[in-house]
Amino acid sequence: MSDAQVLTPAGTIDWNSDKAQRRVRRRYAADRRLQAYGIIAIALAVGLLGVLVASLVRTGFPAFLQTKVDLPIHVDASKVDAEDPASGNYRGLIKAALNKAIPDVPKDQQRSVRKILTSHAAYILRDYVVDHPDSIGKTITLPIALSDPFDQLYKGVIPKHMDALNWVQEEWFERLQNRNVVVEHDGRTSLKLDVYVDPAAVEDGDYVDLARNSLQAYFPRVRDSSLFEMLAPDAPAAIEKAVAEDPAIVGKTVQIYFPVSEHYATLAAGEEPTILNPRFNEAQLAAYDVFVDKGMLRTPFNWELFFNADSRFPERAGLAGAITGSFYALLVCFMLSFPIGIAAAVYLEEFAPKNRLTDLIEVNINNLAAVPSVVFGLLGLAVFLGFFGLPRSAPLVGGMVLSLMTLPTIIITTRAALKAVPPSIREAALGVGASKHQVMLHHVLPLALPGILTGTIIGMAQALGETAPLLLIGMNAFIPSVENMGLLEPATSLPTQIFSWADSPERGFVSRTSAAILVLLGFLVIMNLVAITLRQMFQRKW
Amino acid sequence: MEERPSIQVEAPAVPEKTGGEAPAEQGDPKMKAADVNLWYGEKQALFDVNLEMFDKSVTALIGPSGCGKSTFLRCLDRMNDVIDICRVQGDIRLDGEDIYAPRVDPVQLRARVGMVFQKPNPFPKSIFENVAYGPRIHGTCRTKAEFEEVVEGSLTRAGLWEEVKDRLDEPGTGLSGGQQQRLCIARAISVNPEVLLMDEPCSALDPIATAKIETLMDELKENLCIVIVTHSMQQAARVSQRTAFFHLGKLVEVDQTSKIFTNPADQRTQDYVTGRFG
Repeated sequence: MSDAQVLTPAGTIDWNSDKAQRRVRRRYAADRRLQAYGIIAIALAVGLLGVLVASLVRTGFPAFLQTKVDLPIHVDASKVDAEDPASGNYRGLIKAALNKAIPDVPKDQQRSVRKILTSHAAYILRDYVVDHPDSIGKTITLPIALSDPFDQLYKGVIPKHMDALNWVQEEWFERLQNRNVVVEHDGRTSLKLDVYVDPAAVEDGDYVDLARNSLQAYFPRVRDSSLFEMLAPDAPAAIEKAVAEDPAIVGKTVQIYFPVSEHYATLAAGEEPTILNPRFNEAQLAAYDVFVDKGMLRTPFNWELFFNADSRFPERAGLAGAITGSFYALLVCFMLSFPIGIAAAVYLEEFAPKNRLTDLIEVNINNLAAVPSVVFGLLGLAVFLGFFGLPRSAPLVGGMVLSLMTLPTIIITTRAALKAVPPSIREAALGVGASKHQVMLHHVLPLALPGILTGTIIGMAQALGETAPLLLIGMNAFIPSVENMGLLEPATSLPTQIFSWADSPERGFVSRTSAAILVLLGFLVIMNLVAITLRQMFQRKW
Repeated sequence: MEERPSIQVEAPAVPEKTGGEAPAEQGDPKMKAADVNLWYGEKQALFDVNLEMFDKSVTALIGPSGCGKSTFLRCLDRMNDVIDICRVQGDIRLDGEDIYAPRVDPVQLRARVGMVFQKPNPFPKSIFENVAYGPRIHGTCRTKAEFEEVVEGSLTRAGLWEEVKDRLDEPGTGLSGGQQQRLCIARAISVNPEVLLMDEPCSALDPIATAKIETLMDELKENLCIVIVTHSMQQAARVSQRTAFFHLGKLVEVDQTSKIFTNPADQRTQDYVTGRFG
């Protein structure tokens, strides 16, 4: 037998045949295809995540800055008593400071101009003076937040002027232009419309209806009274004037020139008609421009977002209450679920006899992990609030409900971590005469701890982001001050705060909602980093 | 670091130094197993095993894989208790006392009957803590000085002191395989057991480390009853005075090591020691 025959004995595969080559190529192609699927899937996931984060950052970024005006304020000693600085007339001081910064504001406009500043301005001044009593009698420059519309204006989120006409209205006008109805007449842009001069209308002097009907005739299908805004206020007078010039036209159909209203005239001139943003008035904008021109406005980092509690005014609203509430709830959750979870896991894994009952318990724990969180919320509502009568909205109850959710996670991960401790360590400890609980406490638990901590922190992170159960037990209270917060006091939490901000109509809450989401995500990332660090730190090799 | 010129690198294949003068079979045995049957669930793993193990001697358990020798060894310190489905029947006595009697505490028993496992399994703690753990949980040492004395003594008896005395704070898992196994032996003897069970202690080690452990066993047996499970017949021949041959869960033959290897009574033993099966 020669070597060649050994390599390809009769009846076996010819590795050089076309068929074999094709098979090899197909195998390579399949490998590449599989890889491509994976890469596409990952790229899709990463891309979507990127879009989410990017849009959050883009929307939420303005909320991390707050527009403030460096307002020079003279703390008049006659208005603030040095003995009792807390009860001074700070509103008056602000008023005076504003009048000085922006002179020449008509008296009837001063009130609306004051709305440029946050409604809280007097309190900011009071807090400052109480903290710095030596400022009484001096002129200080204090950064005062602008109220939400002006904050948004300075950040460029909302414009000073808005389009006067919407696209439907522009299209109506375009249709008239296409029919050559729009003409210049007497130096004004006018509509040359056919009018049936109804004698009855003339008798009643009801020229408005006449004008409107003649315009409506061009738009038989439009049922929108804003159509008539196209006519200038003095348009009906054109009919009256024509009738006065030539009474013979009554009862006939004639062509009459109706001047168009201001915005449409601008549109006809080829420009975009604009109006002032209805949130502002002229006096306010003039005052605002003074601030801008003098360079008194800046956008420092918005620490109030973290240190203020909630408020109806976006420029004052912060997350301190939500963060505190979440902290208390998580504290309760941790105190309950960590020891109970570990005890349950250790017992089930190491001590429990294997029988039907423990099997049943095990299956149910795994099932609990899959129960939707809103169900736990209902359970908390029914049992903790309804049956035990615990206080509504309290972090204690929130933490208890969250721990119901976290427990299965902790039990499952703890059991996995215990299982992962090599049996040789248990045998070694048993071999030198350690009892079962000594094996557990001295060897297995310390070795399983990194895994247990990781699981716990991930469970906590889940709990931190949980909204539905907290909403059900009412932990979305309006908390304007963090001073009285406690385990049994009403509270809110980060996710429920996001929920209620997302529901608020003020423009400033849009970016604040995104910012709050970013803060929540930040906490989650930090918690996961801690989990990873702990795992790295305690991980031992054997 | 493991440079000891006196150690034989190549272990002799011929069973020369089998204990002819063995003190065995005089006086009472240290441990005595009578009619031991053992089941894993429905499956019976040991059938009527009768074996005596004597003080100050090494008893080797040999046999093909799965013959029940490790299982039997684990009966001697009730390590099988932790296996739920395992059931032991029969009579095992330590100094004439039934170790399966209800009043016997398995934890105390394991302090009297130490065990060394197949794979070196030091705790992921310092070398000092590894050895001090036994005395600590049994409360035999109180002061730091006592602990240091026991640790040094145990490590010296295990032949490891010189190698690790400068790094007692380093983790035991950082040692080499042979050192780890000697650390495990030091840990086992730190509580002064009367019996030392060794479950294939050298199967994961290289020949040099193996030779060291064998020398160590020779020294340790002066104060102890050692029972060793081994797959290596040369090792059994080198270290033991008596040898028991297990096959399919039954104890086929037990006798002086020299007799087992030169003139066994049973044909199966003959076939096994001459390498015809197993």
